[in-house]
Amino acid sequence: MERSIDTMQPVISAENISLTFQTADGPVHALKNVSLTINQGDFVSFIGPSGCGKTTFLRAIAALETPTAGTLSVAGMTPDQARRRRAYGYVFQAPGLYPWRTIAGNISLPLEIMGFARPDRQQRIARVLDLVDLAGFGGKYPWQLSGGMQQRASIARALAFDADILLMDEPFGALDEIVRDRLNEALLDLWKKTGKTIGFVTHSIPEAVYLSTKIVVMSPRPGRITRVIDSPLPRDRPLEIRDTPEFIALAQQVREGLREGHSYD
Amino acid sequence: MTEAVARGNGGVNPTLRALPILTVLLAIVVVWYGAAVWMNAPWVRDQAARAETTLTTGDLIRQTLTLERPVLPAPHQVAAGLWEGIAGQKITSKRSLVWHGWVTLSATLAGFAIGTVAGILLAVGIVHNRAMDQSVMPWAVASQTVPILAIAPMVIVVFASMGVTGLLPKAIIAAWLSFFPVLVGMVKGLRTPDAMQLDLMHSWNASRAQQFWRLRLPSSLPYLFASLKVAIAAALVGTIVGELPAGATAGLGARLLSGSYYGQTVQIWSALFAAAILAAVLVMLIGALERLTLRRMGLAR
Repeated sequence: MERSIDTMQPVISAENISLTFQTADGPVHALKNVSLTINQGDFVSFIGPSGCGKTTFLRAIAALETPTAGTLSVAGMTPDQARRRRAYGYVFQAPGLYPWRTIAGNISLPLEIMGFARPDRQQRIARVLDLVDLAGFGGKYPWQLSGGMQQRASIARALAFDADILLMDEPFGALDEIVRDRLNEALLDLWKKTGKTIGFVTHSIPEAVYLSTKIVVMSPRPGRITRVIDSPLPRDRPLEIRDTPEFIALAQQVREGLREGHSYD
Repeated sequence: MTEAVARGNGGVNPTLRALPILTVLLAIVVVWYGAAVWMNAPWVRDQAARAETTLTTGDLIRQTLTLERPVLPAPHQVAAGLWEGIAGQKITSKRSLVWHGWVTLSATLAGFAIGTVAGILLAVGIVHNRAMDQSVMPWAVASQTVPILAIAPMVIVVFASMGVTGLLPKAIIAAWLSFFPVLVGMVKGLRTPDAMQLDLMHSWNASRAQQFWRLRLPSSLPYLFASLKVAIAAALVGTIVGELPAGATAGLGARLLSGSYYGQTVQIWSALFAAAILAAVLVMLIGALERLTLRRMGLAR
């Protein structure tokens, strides 16, 4: 699955999508007139305060929510068609591993559901465990692993069936900063190896700047995009890049974007 | 694993844990003896007055605790009756509590099995079908508000009129009582997977059957076991109630009834204790199965 990085084919395109939840207190505009194009192989971060619709947008891409207006297409299909073709690996903030299955058994779960044959499953499990640096832990149960390792296992589970698009909703939000740094580095490494398109929701400016090729700054009430920043940073990013002037300038831009969205309150 | 075991024991020395239980037991026995003397005393005094003899306190106490048909038999009399019923008879004898216990146990287990299967099936229906969700529960609740004492004779009579007697009618009554806790527990249990886990299943395009077998059912097991403990005790009660009407001759319920016909209080109490011991053993067995299963599944708390 060798993919050229500079094909720049749009995989996800949103045109003027809005998503309104009807609640007892009246309609909530989670997204309003959001347009965005994500190219193949992009690493896109969504950043903004809570209620800005970043998670809702990610969920809409994964067909877990349906936009109430506008068009959203994924690889030329509707999100739901893409879901049926198993185009997404989704990673949540909590690992959500089954306590009654081993790590290998947990990774095997989507493969079993999708009907992969046993030898193929075993091969894939070994490959993704290696990819997230958990080789040798397949036989352990989730409670025997640390939080960071459990989250890596859940990423392995999302990678196992070769979905083209990896959607991550604050996957490292519950982890401490040291573990987070390591996992960020590992995630970049994994992204380079696999060439997947990644959508990543976060609260952290350094995390967004460090990881992304494209940073989408959002603001609440109604949820909308205030800025889209294309990162000039190279794809090879050692952790030390965070001390360079380019990185700091980029972080500055993101911060300004966030402030703009907040100007009225 | 050892950590989990230590937590399960409360981390306390077993002798110390037994102490409160033994204290309560001792208190019950003391109160019971007191009550036996007090409740049997009028009869003993009456007899003494008729025979025109005077009683010392020692005589009074001795006699109240050794009556053949006491109002309230003393603990040692019940224990002797229980021992006599269990070990003093051939187990095929109609006076054997083991034989009567087996008659009750077989109907209890059959009813428990029927009730459990019915409860699980209804719960699956309720969780997966909107119409069932809205229609079944009120009826299930209503079924439990009808006194079982009113239903039991009707079930026995209706089945007897169709020529069915023995185990099945009693098992139906037992199932009537035991399906309900299973139903309530399983509806709750099958709904425990949170939104995130259901979203994950959705993103993998899992069918409802896959979602059920791989996520909902395993998640529901802790709830199922809790319900099963209630259900098996309820099944035993249902069976005994089913043995009371229409002159049944076998089972602990029949033993209770015939004891009360002939004023054999020791027999009543022995049968009562046999039923209680049976219930305790059944609940403990399910508890053991629960611990084993949940520990293997990593769900033990």
